[in-house]
Amino acid sequence: MVFLEFEKTLEDLQEQLEKAEETQSEGKVDMTETINQLSSIIEKETKNIYKNLTRWQRVQLSRHPERPYTLDYINHIISGFIELHGDRLVKDDKALVAGFGKVDNQTVCIIGHQKGRNTKQRQERNFGMANPEGYRKALRIMKLAEKFEVPIITLIDTPGAYPGIEAEERGQGEAIARNLMEMSVLKVPILCVVIGEGASGGALGIGVGDRVAMLEHTWYSVISPESCSSILWRNWEHKEEAAEALQLTAEDMLKNKLIDRVIKEPFGGAHRNPELACKNVKSEIKRFIRDYREMNADELVKNRVEKFGQMGVYHED
Amino acid sequence: MSWYKRLSEGIRTKTEDKKSTPDGLWHKCESCKIAISTKDFLSNLQVCPECGHHHKIDAESYFKILFDDQKFTKLFNNISPADPLNFQDTKKYKDRIEKAIANTKLNEAASAAIGKISGVKTVIAAMDFRFIGGSMSSAVGEILARAIDKATQETTPLIIISKSGGARMMEAAFSLMQMAKTSAKLAIYQKTGLPYISLLTNPTTGGVTASFAMLGDFNIAEPKALIGFAGPRVIKETIGKDLPQGFQSSEFLKEHGFIDFIVHRSDLKQKIGNLILLVGKKKVKSNT
Ligand SMILES: [Zn+2]
Repeated sequence: MVFLEFEKTLEDLQEQLEKAEETQSEGKVDMTETINQLSSIIEKETKNIYKNLTRWQRVQLSRHPERPYTLDYINHIISGFIELHGDRLVKDDKALVAGFGKVDNQTVCIIGHQKGRNTKQRQERNFGMANPEGYRKALRIMKLAEKFEVPIITLIDTPGAYPGIEAEERGQGEAIARNLMEMSVLKVPILCVVIGEGASGGALGIGVGDRVAMLEHTWYSVISPESCSSILWRNWEHKEEAAEALQLTAEDMLKNKLIDRVIKEPFGGAHRNPELACKNVKSEIKRFIRDYREMNADELVKNRVEKFGQMGVYHED
Repeated sequence: MSWYKRLSEGIRTKTEDKKSTPDGLWHKCESCKIAISTKDFLSNLQVCPECGHHHKIDAESYFKILFDDQKFTKLFNNISPADPLNFQDTKKYKDRIEKAIANTKLNEAASAAIGKISGVKTVIAAMDFRFIGGSMSSAVGEILARAIDKATQETTPLIIISKSGGARMMEAAFSLMQMAKTSAKLAIYQKTGLPYISLLTNPTTGGVTASFAMLGDFNIAEPKALIGFAGPRVIKETIGKDLPQGFQSSEFLKEHGFIDFIVHRSDLKQKIGNLILLVGKKKVKSNT
């Protein structure tokens, strides 16, 4: 397991435990008591750390390299998944996957950002940073979902839309803008779930839904804490403060009425029990399908436009 | 009528020669640094007669340029920014707001007005760069959303003039959601069959580009404006290479197919008026 910087004490304890277990297995010394002791200390310490996570620590958890990604959720939740490729204009963007499959007996359209597990995959997936082609592929397939009257599930996990020369040449801004406008009036139910990082327009580009949920240890905001620190504090050292100021956690977003639900993660984060994380997301999807099954399309669109229309806090005299 | 007058030789003077000139009488071009008389600069709509550089102008100036007889009614200027997150970086957001209001005498970085263009009732919303970099706050989003709604309800053509550094970070996710809010409102406006003209001016970047600014039936731009999603500095840092000449300029965007045409400020009223008469008149109700 990969430990994060705030889990340093856990890492040390885990190392001691592994050593003790090794000694035990050699059969010369009885380590049972030490092992039991260490295990209970680890449990206590884990609880201690996870009881009071700071916002910056949650950001780190959202980026944990062993966290389940879109394709992991698809593999666990969706049966008979058929992935569809390409925007029909330029190419297939591998930072964003899309296709159709079934959740139990219900056909769904599923779309999500995809990060890579190792160096090769990370390059192939461009670290989950989509180009305009990705957003256009997503829209193309969402339109198919509308045609076939199938609900749409989007999984958000991106450090941002890719900032590159070609991305600008091919209209990164236009691609995201188009998705925002089109998604807001699609005539099928849309559920959006932030499963990791929800960075800015790159996240929102597949984030306009009737219901928006976030996993417990994820973040969603207009900018990452690091970039916010570099712009407002003019150096990279204030990321913790920036994370606090941005109020970017699932809890914050729910409190500010910018999302609708928070999905529980396994204790200590989704990466510690990916199967349970997938199970929780699946329950959320099934609940959504149940809640929106009877909804009339015009009402759906009207409510969605109104929902986003009401977001924001301002003075009016 | 031509607004653009080339000034006679006698009026042009290099800045170096004008150092002792009191402020207010002469204006030094941001781009070519040549000084011209403020009177001529203003009558030329703040476009440098030497190099054609379009200086930033405020929302009110655009209203005056575009509306017939400079006549219009301001809308929603009772909306001003709140501080939903009690945000503080090196400064308090509250203080930034107060200072911006004091300096600009505006309530927010967006204003809206209704009036006539070529005799057709039209709603315009325009952004103001002087107010916290024209950044997108909840209040900006609300003003734009109401302007779009107004055009929908009154079945008028709609013009949004963008000039923005992008998100207002001090409103974090509230700022982000304004992209969805304005785009959703535009989706509803689309159903009226009336034209939405998006005018992109220097600079139009970030979340503004990735929402209403790129959603025009007609996306048009002033010359040499910086237009892009990601900032040039961020792109340069990401790819570790220098950016090509003219990257993210109006001309670059037109070349790549994202801008319908580029329009000099002096032709703005006529071109927009013509567009509205060409495609927007038929469906406009009660334009008397
Ligand atoms: Zn000049």
